[in-house]
Amino acid sequence: MAGRHETDVAILGAGPIALFAVFELGLLDLKAHLVDILDRPGGQCTELYPDKPIYDIPGLPVVSGQELTDRLMQQVKPFAPQFHLSQMASGLDRLDDGRWRLKTDAGTEIIAPVVVIAAGAGSFVPKRPPIAGIAEYEGKSVFYSVRKMEAFRGKNILIAGGGDSALDWTINLAPVAAKLTLVHHRDGFRAAQHSVNQMRELAAHGKINFEIASVKALHGVNGMLEEVTLAGPDKREWRHACDTFMPIFGLTIKLGPIAEFGLKLHEDRIPVDTEKFESSTPGIFAIGDINSYPGKLKLILCGFHEAALMAQAAFHICRPNEKLRFQYTTSSTSLQKKLGVA
Amino acid sequence: MKIIATDRKGEVHTLEGRDGWSVMEILRDAGLPVAAECGGACACATCQVYVDPEWYAKLPPKSDSETDMLDMAVAVEPNSRLSCQITCTPALDGIKLTIAPE
Repeated sequence: MAGRHETDVAILGAGPIALFAVFELGLLDLKAHLVDILDRPGGQCTELYPDKPIYDIPGLPVVSGQELTDRLMQQVKPFAPQFHLSQMASGLDRLDDGRWRLKTDAGTEIIAPVVVIAAGAGSFVPKRPPIAGIAEYEGKSVFYSVRKMEAFRGKNILIAGGGDSALDWTINLAPVAAKLTLVHHRDGFRAAQHSVNQMRELAAHGKINFEIASVKALHGVNGMLEEVTLAGPDKREWRHACDTFMPIFGLTIKLGPIAEFGLKLHEDRIPVDTEKFESSTPGIFAIGDINSYPGKLKLILCGFHEAALMAQAAFHICRPNEKLRFQYTTSSTSLQKKLGVA
Repeated sequence: MKIIATDRKGEVHTLEGRDGWSVMEILRDAGLPVAAECGGACACATCQVYVDPEWYAKLPPKSDSETDMLDMAVAVEPNSRLSCQITCTPALDGIKLTIAPE
C-alpha cells in the first residue's frame, strides 16, 4: 500500500504498545496508520516469543505473545487501523503546514499532525556474523535474504545457519544454483523435521553439500566473493570456493533510521516527559521500550499506560478547537458505539 | 558467587552473582553489552557467551531449546552458551566467561 496517506496519527511500530495506542486514540476518534518492518503485527511478542508465556499483563494470569497480539488486534478492530507492514520507516520531516511526514523504504508517505514512536528497541534486521570485512561484500555477493530467486541462478552458493529459513533457502535454491553448500556448526537443526529430512535427501543425492563448519573469513575482490575460510569443530581450517554467501541466523534489533530523525536520544532511547510521553520535539511522542524517563520500566503494562496518556495529548494537537471529555467505556454510550457494542 | 566476565574489548569484570538469577541478568545489570533482546526467554540468541572450557564442563547440560536457539546465534563455538540459561549457584563461584561478538 505505497502512496500518500493523510491521517491523525502516524505510529512507528506495530507491537503491543502501538496496538493499544490505536485503541486509546480510537476512543478519542483519532485515526492511525502504523508502519512496521515485520510482515505482521505484534513486534517482539510475535517475532521473538509467540509461544512463550507472559505472566504480568493485568487481568490475564498467563498469555502467550501471539495470543496477546491476537487479542489486541481484536480490540482495535472497530477503529480500522491501516497497517503498512514489511516496510522500514526511513525518514521523518516537517511540512510547511506543521504536520509531519513519515516516509518508508517502500515509498509510503504518512502525513499526520502527530507521530508516535512505539518501535520497541528499533528495527528487526538480519543478524550479521562478526566476520572481518563482511560489509564490503553485502549486497554484492553476501545476502541476508532472497528477493528474486532468479538472481541466484547458476551461482555457487554457500548458506550458513541451522534454522527454518536457512533450510528453506537451501531447499529452494538447490535447483537454481550451480552448486550449493550448507554449513552449520553442528549436525542438528532447529528447523522443522520435514525440512531437515528434505535437506538430507538432497545431500544424499549429491544435489547439495552439507558440512559441519563455520565461516571464519571471506576472500574476494571489490566485494565479489571468491573463497571463504571454513573451520570445522576440530578447529581445522580450509578454503571453500563460492561466489555467493548467505548467512541466515534470523533477526536482531537495531535502532536503525530512528537515529537519523533528528530527535534527541539518550543511550538509544528517546527521553520523554511523564505527563504526555512527548519527546523534546513537539508533536512527536515515544511510548513503550523506546522511551526513557526517570523510573522507566520496560514492561508491556507500562507501555499501555503511556499510550493512554499520550492519546489525551495527541487529541489536543489533532483537534485544537475541540474539548476533550474524559469518559469510561463502561458507562459511556458514545464510546460503546465506537466499539460497536451499543 | 563471583562471575569473571571478559567484555568485547578484552576488559575483565568481576561481578557478584545472585543465587537463582541468570548469568545474563547479572551481566546486564552490570551494564555489560549483552543485548538479551527477548529478556531471558531463550528466544533470541543475543546473550551468547563463551564459557572457559574448564567451567563449561561443570555446567548443567544445555536444554533442547537452548541447543536449538544457539542455531540462531552467530559465531557459535563448542563452548558457546546462552547466558540467560545459566543459573547462578554456589557451585559456579568463579566461573569465567567471555561475551560473544555482536
